[in-house]
Amino acid sequence: MNQTLLLTIALAPLLGSIIAGLFGQQVGKTWSHRAATYGVGIAFVLSVWVLKLVAIDGETYNQQIYQWLQAGSLSLEVGFMVDALTAMMMVVVTFVSLMVHIYTIGYMHDDDGYARFFSYISLFTFSMLMLVMANNFMQLFFGWEAVGLVSYLLIGFWYKKPTAIYANLKAFLVNRVGDFGFLLGIAGVLMYAGSLDYIEVFAQAPAMSEKTITLFAGHEWSVMSLICILLFIGAMGKSAQVPLHVWLPDSMEGPTPISALIHAATMVTAGIFMVTRMSPLFEFSETALSFVLVIGAITALFMGFLGLIQNDIKRVIAYSTLSQLGYMTVALGASAYAAGVFHLMTHAFFKALLFLGAGSVIIAMHHQQDIRKMGGLKKYMPITYWTALIGSLALIGFPGLAGFFSKDSIIEAVHASQIAGSGFAYFAVVSGVFITALYSFRLFFLVFHGKERFDTHSGHLPHESPAVVTVPLILLAIPSVISGYLISSMVFGDFFGNAIVVHANHDVLAHHAESYHGVMGFILHGLTALPFWLAMAGVATAYYLYILRPELPGKLQQRFNWLYRVLDNKYGFDDFNQKVFAGGSLMIGRLFWTVGDQKLIDGALVNGTAKTIGWVSKVIRHVQSGYLYHYAFAMIVGLWLLLTYFVV
Amino acid sequence: MIALSDFLILGALLFSLSVAGIFINRKNIIILLMCIELMLLAVNLNFIAFSHYSGDISGQIFVFFILTVAAAEAAIGLAILVVLFRNLHTINVAELNKLKG
Repeated sequence: MNQTLLLTIALAPLLGSIIAGLFGQQVGKTWSHRAATYGVGIAFVLSVWVLKLVAIDGETYNQQIYQWLQAGSLSLEVGFMVDALTAMMMVVVTFVSLMVHIYTIGYMHDDDGYARFFSYISLFTFSMLMLVMANNFMQLFFGWEAVGLVSYLLIGFWYKKPTAIYANLKAFLVNRVGDFGFLLGIAGVLMYAGSLDYIEVFAQAPAMSEKTITLFAGHEWSVMSLICILLFIGAMGKSAQVPLHVWLPDSMEGPTPISALIHAATMVTAGIFMVTRMSPLFEFSETALSFVLVIGAITALFMGFLGLIQNDIKRVIAYSTLSQLGYMTVALGASAYAAGVFHLMTHAFFKALLFLGAGSVIIAMHHQQDIRKMGGLKKYMPITYWTALIGSLALIGFPGLAGFFSKDSIIEAVHASQIAGSGFAYFAVVSGVFITALYSFRLFFLVFHGKERFDTHSGHLPHESPAVVTVPLILLAIPSVISGYLISSMVFGDFFGNAIVVHANHDVLAHHAESYHGVMGFILHGLTALPFWLAMAGVATAYYLYILRPELPGKLQQRFNWLYRVLDNKYGFDDFNQKVFAGGSLMIGRLFWTVGDQKLIDGALVNGTAKTIGWVSKVIRHVQSGYLYHYAFAMIVGLWLLLTYFVV
Repeated sequence: MIALSDFLILGALLFSLSVAGIFINRKNIIILLMCIELMLLAVNLNFIAFSHYSGDISGQIFVFFILTVAAAEAAIGLAILVVLFRNLHTINVAELNKLKG
């Protein structure tokens, strides 16, 4: 593995982005999408090569490539670190990105911002690659902010739509809160480790874990806990964990390919990746791990509930994403990093698949996104139907599909965990399985089965999407089925090697690995375990409610109106933010405006100066009478005063 | 023998006289000019007295210069006065109060 190879992987999408973005007008639509797609295609092929080098040949890479600046002992560098974790992320990111590029050719075909869109998604791929390939905190932060920026640009892609602008501003601001914590965390690392390089920082982790810091008088804090929690706050923003999750559902205002690429498969997993990368630090702080675990459990369970009552096809999947991110976070909290990252990978495939499937449905429905106005699409869109079925089954953890392996290993890991909060987390992830199955299949049945509720009197029947849309669906369906079989090496094997550090006293996966006897055994065990039956119960409930007795949900909604209202208001997070943070900021702003600006600066300083001068000169003006003898008198008096002063 | 102090007293008297003339006179601007001349002469008298008593000739040379400048000044002052009268048709000091804010 050499520097040129890695640089090509990172820069090929950037080049594609530049061609499509800056010269999109000159080269035309076809060459815009070709440039972007080829760029990402090259990155994907080379990433697979890198994965082969890492996984089979056992090579790793960690080198500085360029020194940006040196200030005292602080050196800011660009460098790449490629180990198993990075290589896996690179393949996932470039693969999903490539699929989305191809899909976009069909989905955005008639959009005015065609070249701009390709430029953005290629730029995203570049940023994400920089993030995962970083070998220091500085570059990690660069990638972190760059993906945030591209996410902002893409949520507001249709910039004439007020809701989209509101959503992208919200995403940006909420991420800022998280990034603030992240930046403080990095500052803490720099302060206590004296370096931003991963390897050097990790080497100092044991020494750092001994130190304490006094934030408020009389309270000693463990430095490691503080740093880890701050870093995790950054992850909470990017990976949309409660209470910084509010931006993710709104980000569905962006075009569907983006929801698939950024807000489901890759960017939102940056937080998961980051925590996994920082496992040598997190392992030293049980407090931080507990915090991670509880936040993840809350997200996994409570965000799932919200998916039950949404009617926008993309929002249902968005809440499902939140819930699944919660699962990954729970895995991190339980020190089952490998399981978390494994779920990240399988989730990337099937969630991208689901989103792109939803996009396919949206095209067929002429941009109608309300699932109450769909139904019975199975016979019109067979490819979308089957791929969506695979995606949904993978999501609910049907034995044999990708989601089953990753989710079951998370649940088992949490079950074995001894850390504070693991009891609640176990309850949350297990009940989450039922909820996941219920909302997934509610969506599935409402869209593809049952009565045809869409508008047909215009004579246009829905039809299957073109090949550029369906081919990525099929290509994504394949890893949604088979990627789960990598469990032997990724979760229970030593695929990750030194990339993930787990201390023996909370190594739940090793504990679990003892009873692991191959994939078949895992499936057979899964068939008898509680999560499987809960998932089946969820599917059955969805079938009963939305196919057999479609009038029941309405009645339930009326019967449990208060509950529905709580869920419909999303537990009031949005209202709270709107009133307290947005309203509070407005109030403070208004205070500063009226008192500080209008009264103090304008009134007292700016106009006050002019007024005082005017008033003084009005008085002084009377001295200037115009009579010569007055002036002469003044002169003489002045002379006399001076004489008196100097002589006497 | 006239003492130095006598000259100085005379000079001071002349000077005070001219200052009083500037203040008290509210009628004629020509008198104002004359008062200024008188002021200069009072100073000249001091110069000459000091020069004589300290035996230094440079004081008297100074006086020549002052007289020259005073003459030039008087010429300019009178010229301004003429222009002033042409424009305003008065040389009454009490009416000349244009020089104010």
